[in-house]
Amino acid sequence: MHADQNPAGDTATDTVTDTATLTPRKAAALAAFEGLPHEPGVPKPDPILVVDNVVRRFGGLTAVNVEHVEIQRGSITALIGPNGAGKTTFFNQLTGFDTADSGTWTFNGKPMNGVPAHRVARAGMVRTFQLTKALSKLTVLENMRLGAQGQRGENFFKSLIPSLWRSQEEEITARAEELLKRFKLDAKRDDFAGSLSGGQRKLLEMARALMVGPEMVMLDEPMAGVNPALTQSLLGHVKDLREQGMTVLFVEHDMDMVRDISDWVIVMAQGAVIAEGPPATIMSDPRVIDAYLGAHHDAPLSVEEEREQLQEAEAELEVEAGVAHEESPQPSAEPADAAAKENVKERAE
Amino acid sequence: MDWLSILVTTVEAAIGLETVVYALAAIGINIQFGYAGLLNFGQAAFLGVAAYGMAVTVATFNLPFWLGIVIGLAAAVALAFLLGIPTLRLRADYLAIVTIAAAEIVRLIFRSVQFSSVFGGSDGRQGFADGFYAINPYSPGEYSIGPFGFNERVMWVLTVGWILVALCCVLVYMLMKSPWGRVLKAIREDEDAVRSLGKNVFSYKMQALVLGGVLGSLGGFIFALGQASVQPDLFSTEFTFYAYTIVILGGAARVFSPVVGAAIFWVLLVFIGNTLGEMVGNGIIPSSIMTVNQVGPVRFMLVGLGLMLLLIFRPQGIFGDKREIALDAR
Repeated sequence: MHADQNPAGDTATDTVTDTATLTPRKAAALAAFEGLPHEPGVPKPDPILVVDNVVRRFGGLTAVNVEHVEIQRGSITALIGPNGAGKTTFFNQLTGFDTADSGTWTFNGKPMNGVPAHRVARAGMVRTFQLTKALSKLTVLENMRLGAQGQRGENFFKSLIPSLWRSQEEEITARAEELLKRFKLDAKRDDFAGSLSGGQRKLLEMARALMVGPEMVMLDEPMAGVNPALTQSLLGHVKDLREQGMTVLFVEHDMDMVRDISDWVIVMAQGAVIAEGPPATIMSDPRVIDAYLGAHHDAPLSVEEEREQLQEAEAELEVEAGVAHEESPQPSAEPADAAAKENVKERAE
Repeated sequence: MDWLSILVTTVEAAIGLETVVYALAAIGINIQFGYAGLLNFGQAAFLGVAAYGMAVTVATFNLPFWLGIVIGLAAAVALAFLLGIPTLRLRADYLAIVTIAAAEIVRLIFRSVQFSSVFGGSDGRQGFADGFYAINPYSPGEYSIGPFGFNERVMWVLTVGWILVALCCVLVYMLMKSPWGRVLKAIREDEDAVRSLGKNVFSYKMQALVLGGVLGSLGGFIFALGQASVQPDLFSTEFTFYAYTIVILGGAARVFSPVVGAAIFWVLLVFIGNTLGEMVGNGIIPSSIMTVNQVGPVRFMLVGLGLMLLLIFRPQGIFGDKREIALDAR
């Protein structure tokens, strides 16, 4: 549990000093956003990624419908929004894991629509996944080595002549070990990735993505299911990416974290971008509060309020149940009930 | 009870023709299923098209033996592309469905009346192995150590067969130690993760399918040459399932597991079959319990029981790594 015990101290102090003393990169990123209107689709001074009219439908549901969005080079941009807003689907479009129904987007000026996922990664745009994808039966070090690009030994015929790739393999291993040390996974290098804890897998996935040598890193909920101490460490690593000149776009629900590390925030709801702005002011944007945060997002609920909300919700449920009763003699709650029971059974197994 | 004959047939089974053929087929499956996670349930078809490619070239069209080998190999590669191009972009189960169906289609074409002038219908093709036995370095006679022995033809087939098995094992070992093998194993674990790291997953899966098919097709040649004939029903679906059994018995994704698995599988079948046969013949097992005709099915039941016990008490197979299985349970 090496990484878990990573003293939150150094990164925590980092966060404190961060607001006081700006690193040059952070300052540059903030300067780029200075004076931009807080409107969806606002043009950025130096965009690395420009998206136009990306639409993805699943049957009758329009999951993504983004008119225009630009991501500033060298910044940390957060993508937030309620569940089902289409954030992950949008990620999948951009990284070639799903095909958009229409739309164009350019990365570093190169058109990327229709480009398969592996070419997107080779072009320098590397993603991680919401559900961590550690390659369980490979060791941590093998996971890392896999990320390196242009490996001669990955060609079938060249792989049979070790002298062709051995020296390159050593360079890759050295780079992997350096990254593992930075991510405090070096003690685990020979363990199966499947034996790591959830948080360590997140770290491994991020480190592995860095082995690709990306210009832009897309993180899909990097903090989901990670304990608070490790969150601090992960936050530090994300900030580090910007310090090394990379662009970061990440999906996140934890507003504290968004406030802490992002330079710019893009808000999605029902597939569309509804607002953009710096993290300090975006939380007070009425569109964002309506769609996502709710009126009480910045204060804990009092007992009174909680009770009130509960009653409201219950009343709503009763009304719905009543409607269902009227509409059909068989209450629609029954199949849902059966499904729930099955769920329980599955979990028990 | 003739224990000597049981012993002799059992030892000969351990290195015999079936063991070689199934080992080669299983080495191919081990690459596809064990390392790359591809469910190819049509391995019998790869052996079939190779064996028939050679047999038809020589026996039907009177072309040279070596050209027959080349055409057989080409047929295996072509079959891999034919199966892989439409299915490897889809989820893993589609390959399984398509390959099992394709293997049956191939077998039924071989035995069809329509094409019997080419493939010889259900009788298959004979008289194509002369070119192979013409270069036999063993002079005619019995080659034996004590009670164990083969004639010069079997010696020649087994020599070539075991050399091929050894070469295939070296090839698999080299490949799986290399970065190429690492990509393959990673694809087995999670395709999308590998894609996100800039690897062309489709291309690697295709390479694995072709390679596994071609190594399996070597088994097809040995099978055909060892029997000096090909029949369509040699390449039925259960052939593929025995080969899978062998891979799992040995332990998936281990270099030697298909070879040892094949030897154990055939030793068990022959030993149990012959022992039961002797026991029924000598009246140790009365005919009210089992007749001679029932020995064949019962030996499969007993081998099946043994395999079940193996999977319960040693789920990783003989060479497998217990830690890997433990990861699946997490």
